[in-house]
Amino acid sequence: MSLRLLDAGDAAFTIEFGNAIDPQLLAAVNALDAAIARLQAEGGLPGVIETMPTFRSLTVFFDPLLTGREALIAALQPLFAAAEGGAALAGRRWRLPVCYEGECAPDLADTARAIGAGEDEVVALHSGTEYRVYMLGFLPGFPFMGDLPERLRLPRRAEPRVRVPAGSVAIATGLTAIYPWESPGGWHLLGRCPVPLFDAGRASPSLLAAGDRVCFEPVSMAEFQRLTAALQAGEIDPQQWLEGGQ
Amino acid sequence: MSDTVQLEVLAAGAYASVQDGGRRGYRRIGVPWAGVLDSRLMRIANSLVGNVDAAPVIECFDGGLQLAARGGAVRVAVAGDATLEIERGGERGPLPAWRSVTLADGDVLRLRKLGAGRIAMVAVEGLTLPAVLGSAATYARAGLGGLGGSLSGRALAGGMRLPAAAASASPERVLPVPPAADAGPIRIVPGPQADHFTEAALALFVAAEYRVTAEADRMGVRLEGPPLEHAGAREIVSDATVQGAIQVPGNGQPIVLLADAQTAGGYPKVATVISADLGRLAACRPGQAVRFAVVGAAEGERLARAAEAETRALQASVRPLLGEGVDLAALYACNLVSGVVHALSAEYRPLPGVEDASGGPSPGISS
Repeated sequence: MSLRLLDAGDAAFTIEFGNAIDPQLLAAVNALDAAIARLQAEGGLPGVIETMPTFRSLTVFFDPLLTGREALIAALQPLFAAAEGGAALAGRRWRLPVCYEGECAPDLADTARAIGAGEDEVVALHSGTEYRVYMLGFLPGFPFMGDLPERLRLPRRAEPRVRVPAGSVAIATGLTAIYPWESPGGWHLLGRCPVPLFDAGRASPSLLAAGDRVCFEPVSMAEFQRLTAALQAGEIDPQQWLEGGQ
Repeated sequence: MSDTVQLEVLAAGAYASVQDGGRRGYRRIGVPWAGVLDSRLMRIANSLVGNVDAAPVIECFDGGLQLAARGGAVRVAVAGDATLEIERGGERGPLPAWRSVTLADGDVLRLRKLGAGRIAMVAVEGLTLPAVLGSAATYARAGLGGLGGSLSGRALAGGMRLPAAAASASPERVLPVPPAADAGPIRIVPGPQADHFTEAALALFVAAEYRVTAEADRMGVRLEGPPLEHAGAREIVSDATVQGAIQVPGNGQPIVLLADAQTAGGYPKVATVISADLGRLAACRPGQAVRFAVVGAAEGERLARAAEAETRALQASVRPLLGEGVDLAALYACNLVSGVVHALSAEYRPLPGVEDASGGPSPGISS
């Protein structure tokens, strides 16, 4: 691993472990993140506001009135080497329902055509794989998940959509994701998941956490609609899709 | 609850929302800080009404905001280069910005237009709103903050009412010398992905002039100017973004990310605007020219501390409005009676091209 320190203005810097989407890099990032959290809990690192772990790097946000880049890097230096031997997060395992039909799946036919497969085959490939949540970001609760089967890897759409509906299950490059909110977006939309991924009222607002593993369970349009209504009415606890049902 | 004192939004103007110091600690789950685009204006406005520094304020763009006291007197203050008007008992009169004023029940405050900078902050004495994830800042995309309840995460609109405290009896206050407009270049720290661009690109970025486009809102400011040439890949493995990050998509036109921007992105970031200059950039109008200058990260930190010292000095200079030999309130009342003001009646024009500051495709979306 080639560790690099990158300036991100006067109030943040990024510690970069590498330049790829790779479980080993993720393990290093998460190990460093955990070590920083421990140091902060002990009262070390005053002036650090928060950290953001991503696929391959960790960004430290600090208050330049309370500390500085040089001081923080000196304090963090001892943690870098240990991070590189970090183990992968254990993570929880989810089995989330996805409707791959009709208006829930506007790009399914194009995707099938692009890779020379049938639509059923695309659904089987996408739902037949267990994904790891590499990171959350872009939008509240938005999980970047990998890795897609090789056959499903496509570049982003040439024309991004102005409005991607909330719940859309999408793919691009080697990743899959669920849009927790309506937003613009350039990924290919294969289906829709009825389970809300973010709720500010929950103790842990994001349903998924980095390190979690996710499988998708195809459901019919009727079942998708039933689940959507039941979730909105509060009749179903999203935790039910957690394996082991805690 | 007829005895509740409220501040009613009669019109929101170009775009107005409740903001505060912002939401910290949730970037790891994709939640941006949000909060005011210029914290100095927020802090001065709050000082003028006796609130704590980061209490919620109304952040507005470009003028057109109209507010009325309902159910009792409400004390408000506007920070920013704003032309204000107050309507009391059917009479309209001008009101300077950078002071607090007590609106009696039914009085209307109008923010007619803004001079230098397109952002102003209206502080309201005793404004308390529910904190969501530690902040009342409105973040529309995820329905967070603002007035709460069924209006969570909504920008302000006519008819909405903000709960206020009945105005205190303490003297109104004034900032005697408002901060001077700074026309200097916007200072940037190269990185985190400056090495994704040719050396000529960074040199060009600080040598050339860029213009703010019509796509400028709380998420970011798109710039238009000589394209910045990528040295390698035009996309990176998504990593964290910070406020002020200048990302450059394939077309080479830079986008500066602001408070509501996405927390991660896949475009290389050539440089980052220093925190001391970010409010100034956010306040640039569409069409306005901006220039950039490079500083190091350490110099940026020093400038952050210098800016903080200036802000504290400004806050410390806030004084009671009365008891200085001149009774400004009485003077102001005379102005009201003389009814000078009606000439500008092209009412509360939203600036062309910015009515929809919050809508449409947002800059910088990359996923």
